[in-house]
Amino acid sequence: MLLQPSFNKRRRRRHRGGRGAEPLHLGDLHRGEQGILDHIDLPPEAARRLMELGFVPGTLVTAAGCAPGGDPRVFRVDGTEVAVRRETAVHLKLRHPAAPVP
Amino acid sequence: MSACGSCHLSGLRSPDAKGLLQNRTRTVAIVGPPNSGKSTLFNRLTGLRQKVANFPGVTVEHRVGRAKVAEDSEVCLVDLPGVYSLSPRSEDERVTRDVLAGQMDGISRPDAVLLILDSTNLSRHLTLAAPVLSLGLPTLVILNMADELRRREGVVDTAALAHQLGAPVTLVSSIEGEGMQAVYEFLSGAISVPAPVDLPAVYDLPGCRKWAGQVGRRASYRPPAPPVWTHRLDAVFLHPLAGPLILAAVVLVVFQGMFTGAKPLMDGIQWAVAGSGSWLARTMPESAIRSLLIEGVWDGVGSVIVFLPQILLLFLLLGVLEDSGYLARAAVIADRTMARVGLQGKSFIPLLSAYACAVPAVLATRAIENKRDRIATILIAPFMTCSARLPVYTLIIAAFLPDHPLLGAFVGTRAAALVGLYLLGFLAAFFTAKLLKSSVLKSEPTPFLLEMPPYRWPTVRSIGLRLLDRAKIFLWRAGTVILLVAVVLWGLAHLPLVNGQAPPIEESLIGTLGRTLEPVIRPLGFNWKIGVGLISSLAAREVIVSTLGTIYGMEGEAGSQALAAALRADLSLGGAVALLVFFAFAMQCFATIAVVRRETGGWKWPAVQFAYMGSLAYAGAFMANLIVRWLA
Repeated sequence: MLLQPSFNKRRRRRHRGGRGAEPLHLGDLHRGEQGILDHIDLPPEAARRLMELGFVPGTLVTAAGCAPGGDPRVFRVDGTEVAVRRETAVHLKLRHPAAPVP
Repeated sequence: MSACGSCHLSGLRSPDAKGLLQNRTRTVAIVGPPNSGKSTLFNRLTGLRQKVANFPGVTVEHRVGRAKVAEDSEVCLVDLPGVYSLSPRSEDERVTRDVLAGQMDGISRPDAVLLILDSTNLSRHLTLAAPVLSLGLPTLVILNMADELRRREGVVDTAALAHQLGAPVTLVSSIEGEGMQAVYEFLSGAISVPAPVDLPAVYDLPGCRKWAGQVGRRASYRPPAPPVWTHRLDAVFLHPLAGPLILAAVVLVVFQGMFTGAKPLMDGIQWAVAGSGSWLARTMPESAIRSLLIEGVWDGVGSVIVFLPQILLLFLLLGVLEDSGYLARAAVIADRTMARVGLQGKSFIPLLSAYACAVPAVLATRAIENKRDRIATILIAPFMTCSARLPVYTLIIAAFLPDHPLLGAFVGTRAAALVGLYLLGFLAAFFTAKLLKSSVLKSEPTPFLLEMPPYRWPTVRSIGLRLLDRAKIFLWRAGTVILLVAVVLWGLAHLPLVNGQAPPIEESLIGTLGRTLEPVIRPLGFNWKIGVGLISSLAAREVIVSTLGTIYGMEGEAGSQALAAALRADLSLGGAVALLVFFAFAMQCFATIAVVRRETGGWKWPAVQFAYMGSLAYAGAFMANLIVRWLA
């Protein structure tokens, strides 16, 4: 694997043991679903860039629309909307339980 | 006046320069995240008294301008690139940080900072306030888009925020000009050093974000309601079916507008150039100077100036799409297609622009952050069939291909041939991109991320200023580089003198060059005359038409049919097809080479590009000639 996990390894392990149907990362969220970002499983550079756009761990993320064909997806985060490819979205891990937050 | 090193705006010194001389002109930097309305504010403060500039050694473009802040005082404003933080990660951020720290050559440390933030997204934008305020420079925090905040019922207590930040805060709408008084007051001297407040560690992004949230809460910031119209429009523009159809329609309108919309103006310029040229020819006595002026300057520079309306129209249409927010959606839709060749959605717009002209296309690649993606896009852009190739294609196709209806009455053989040539260029770009992205320009997996701004109405002011900029840059280039090349080519065609007269073209320097070149280009089915045309078209592709006109002794308006006939008599079918293929691939454009050098910061990439496209053109033309001969 090219991308070494570098962010918050401890929590990541806990997640691996997660239960099946729950959304584990942003790519799992269906349109309109929400989740709280737990950590970013990408090298520091890429993680920093995502954080600058609002993907700070602990933030509520909502799946909005997507491009025709389903990729990239648009996420609503911290008052803005950001388009993210699926290949990146799978590295943005969610805190569980990822139940809708009021 | 050394305080404002990069602020020399020629001709902009006001007549009452007393004020300028009495107190040192202060430099004020404008900093803010992308989409915060930085440029709108800058435009409002400076109006036409601005120019685009480059820092030495970097390719990041910035603007400098002068703002009149009181009866007799001015400040020099520097509009820095949009950044989310001051970490030296991208070139934009490094430049911004270096300028603010006073470490950038050619510009002194700013005396003050205008930090501009989007009030509709304040908590996130305030994150940038931590690193900027910690610089200790006098700072005015400008919360922009007050009108939008009010309309969507958001609230912020500016006095409380000022107390939290230790710096003055003002709410403005730079589009409508609301609240600008406070900005002028700050600029005209009410500048104070920020009061020390507890700031988070600058490089701790989550920490800064947390701090920004707290500060916002203490200033009773209530974020505005979500932009309902943006969500409604996105439901249409990103619709699985309607989205791509609308994008295709937009592309078609841009294309059609570029070609048919610009036509009357281009015809007008052509008419004016030809008219003034023949007036000069009539009024001036027969001399070398007259010949230089008309055949060198008028024909050479004129043939390039003709493209000005088209380039401006392209920038107008792109400006409307960009300012309205649609371009971000277009990039998202195009991303999957671009991903197939290893590029990303942001490359789509430059490549689309390249169909008009590669020069604005190369400039438009600035939006691509990934440096390797950007270079790959620059390298493939000139393969797109630009409008300078059209006169050449039209001439050769008209000379060699009889027009028969092919598909109904509307699509004839000639139109089909033209479409084929467009396709050829596109395929070359496609495979080159694949090749580059799987070899030398293979990049680290930088994620494709694109912030989608809310839809907004574009303003005449900001688009108009941008058009003016582009026109100035284009005319400057036409007046310098292209003029020089035109004059040199004229010299080559008129020397050495025979009995004090210009020689027949085959005995001139350029003719000799063409003959020397002949053995090399013979395998392509070209003769020395085509060789001369190729040399002269190094400056700009369409110049070959006028050069061939000169060589075959056909000049003026009635010449084009006669020229086609002369070409038909002198060139084989294989040679003609080879010539078309050669023009589809070769990088015969001085202006593009110059802009690629500027944007990539050196001669390496333009040299690679010229050599690669040249070899491809040679090989392609060779094959085309071979195949046509074999078929015939």
